[in-house]
Amino acid sequence: MIRALGYRALQAVLVAVLVGVLTFLMMQALPGDMAFRIAAGRYGYDAVNVAAAEAVRQELGLDRPAIAAFGVWVMDLLRLDFGTSVISGASVIDEIRHQLGASLQLAGAALALSLLIGPPVGVLAGLRAGGWLDRGLLVVSTALRSVPQFLMGLILIVLVSIHLGWLPAAGYGKPAHFILPALTLALGLGAVSARIARDAMAGVAASPFYAFGRWKGLSEGQLFRRHGLRNIGVALVTFLGLQFAMLVEGVVVIESIFGWPGIGHALVHAIFGRDVPMVQGTALLLGLGFVVLNALVDLAAHWIDPRGGVQA
Amino acid sequence: MLCKLLASAALAAALSSAALANDGVLDVVAPFEIKGADPVTSGNIFIKMDVAETLVNVDAAGRLTPGLATAWRVSDDGLEWRFHLREGVRFHDGSPFTAEAAANALNIARAKPGLLETAPITEIVGEGGDLLVRLSEPFAPMPAFLSEYRSLIYAPAAYAKDGSVAEVIGTGAYRVTKLEAPLRLEAEAFAGYWGDAPAIGRATYQAVGRAETRALLAESGDADYVFNLDPASTTRLASVDSVEVLTVSVPRTLLLKVNAGHPALSDPRARQALGLAIDREGLAEAVLRFPAGGTQLFPPSLSEWHDDELEPLTHDPEKARAMLAELGWAAGADGILTRDGQRFSLTLTTFPDRPELPLSAAVLQQMFADIGVEMMIDSTNSSEIPVRHADGTLDLALFNRNFALVPDPVGTLLTDYAPTGDWGAMNWDNAEFTGLVRGLARGEGGHGERDRAIAILQEELPVIPIAWYQQFAAVSTGITGAVIDPYERSIGLKEIRWAE
Repeated sequence: MIRALGYRALQAVLVAVLVGVLTFLMMQALPGDMAFRIAAGRYGYDAVNVAAAEAVRQELGLDRPAIAAFGVWVMDLLRLDFGTSVISGASVIDEIRHQLGASLQLAGAALALSLLIGPPVGVLAGLRAGGWLDRGLLVVSTALRSVPQFLMGLILIVLVSIHLGWLPAAGYGKPAHFILPALTLALGLGAVSARIARDAMAGVAASPFYAFGRWKGLSEGQLFRRHGLRNIGVALVTFLGLQFAMLVEGVVVIESIFGWPGIGHALVHAIFGRDVPMVQGTALLLGLGFVVLNALVDLAAHWIDPRGGVQA
Repeated sequence: MLCKLLASAALAAALSSAALANDGVLDVVAPFEIKGADPVTSGNIFIKMDVAETLVNVDAAGRLTPGLATAWRVSDDGLEWRFHLREGVRFHDGSPFTAEAAANALNIARAKPGLLETAPITEIVGEGGDLLVRLSEPFAPMPAFLSEYRSLIYAPAAYAKDGSVAEVIGTGAYRVTKLEAPLRLEAEAFAGYWGDAPAIGRATYQAVGRAETRALLAESGDADYVFNLDPASTTRLASVDSVEVLTVSVPRTLLLKVNAGHPALSDPRARQALGLAIDREGLAEAVLRFPAGGTQLFPPSLSEWHDDELEPLTHDPEKARAMLAELGWAAGADGILTRDGQRFSLTLTTFPDRPELPLSAAVLQQMFADIGVEMMIDSTNSSEIPVRHADGTLDLALFNRNFALVPDPVGTLLTDYAPTGDWGAMNWDNAEFTGLVRGLARGEGGHGERDRAIAILQEELPVIPIAWYQQFAAVSTGITGAVIDPYERSIGLKEIRWAE
């Protein structure tokens, strides 16, 4: 256990070093004049001109060798200072806190909703593998999974906001704004987690120990709580950990449809605008976040199934 | 925990839906993201949200009207502008609006990239209740320059020592209560406003990048004022009862920048031939979805600079082919023109930030192919246009230009065409035109000089005009008093009321 956590800590340090060096190198390798790209990001796409780019070059000292800038970033980082965005002038950590925070909230809400939708249906289907629910679930989950997220988002807006008038179509700031984007994500997510829960449950339900539990007189509820839940838990938790990571970084489309201030959108814009401190800070925090998430998934899996220790 | 979260979300949803139409807050939606508090980067949003003000305002006809300055005059030699400032004005932090504060804000703004930087200003100082702008040469559009969003006046406390802006502290009818860059700001009516108090107490701004979502927000009633609609949504929203679609012709022109130093393009007749190849009405109708082919550089809405008498640019591919033949071009085996072993082949640089640009480029590609001109499209970052202008590698560039960042386009003409500019002419130098525009900037000359300058542009085509833009907004019928401003400065926020 301790060894596994120690391994994760070492991994965190390696990720930090790698992410720092790689993002720096990649940003340097991008084509185009950095001063012009920053000026376009700052002053608007058609307000960039030679004078603006020169002003940016002077202000940020872009003439200096790039390695010097990297040195400054590393030294600042050792003091836990992520620097300021070259586009907005705001501190990088504040920008990340706002935008990554918004992404985490949305991902959390989507995950919670998908847990309500997916696994219960999957478990019921798995208990009666081959039954009508099982076959129906296959059709519905395949259908939900194959609808692109942006289309699902638009369908939900048209249905729920325009025709029914129940929820705001898009926006940010009120709890009600969470529901539609979270539901859009949760439907796709729930479709897969239902399948995973179904397969795990079908496997468990067909096992000799499950049949034995039934013979010794346990009710279906007791049987599921004592012998089912824990056995399908590991597969589900591992899947959800992966999905959460994907949700945080990969929901740019949903963010843009719903006007949600997410980190995916922020990162894309930072790359276009050559906002190196912002890109480095974001990549670093996301990288470390995934290490922490993996560690948490390990811990959860270990807690659910303590046999044989944690696989690092 | 989970149940609690869901229950509270459901409750909030129920509450918000019950009050969707009029929740006491005026919701504005537009595509522009908030980059920060600085007027130089995001002033266009703060001016629309009436949180900060300029010394000079502009009415819908382009006339200058008093803003934070009540009157202005220029000295006899044209070198000193004196702006008399409004009295009894306070900033949102309670500090008084003084000439020193105004001078401080403008001096910081002109040290940053922007329009103000291009004006021949030597000094801006406060003197009693007046602001003095001293110039190195006479500059007639000076008051117009002070109406631009980058010239917004913030309180001295808004600026850090290095000129960066930490906070929006303006004098507007609304005060920013929450600034969540890049997408959202909240504002409330400022009790100490010098003018009439706004009728609506609270307002929000939300940036929404996708046009479909903006239209859906208008349709669902979540947004009261939606700025910038795409053509398909405009048609659909026109049939929605709860929404009124406003439209205005804006002084923004889709144009083709031409490298006049390119061997194939240096003869004005070659540029005219390219101009003749373009079916402007067809392109405007098909791509922009409004019938506004641009037959000269300035649209009719810029009445001072639009000349009805001018021979319009037309579509005549037959004539274009004949003109190119006169210039020695002959069709090769694949239909592309050649001359002295050189193919008539050009690369067009454009960018996807405005979705109509790459589409229009593809249409132009077809139209040019029709007269035997081969064109490759490079859709890249917008900054590649000034970069390639500077290093001379640009052939053609497609973009749109707003000629009324200030209501007097002479400032833009000066930076773009006298003789060249990043977003204007390239390798073009017309001494007569430069002289005329510089004279107009000094305040010399009038209609005759303007018409002559426009005629030179039409004849020489350092850029080829293609279409004039129209701006659309969707306004909820739950409010009255909203406007759409051709100069894109105001949405009439502080005048808006809830409909009875």
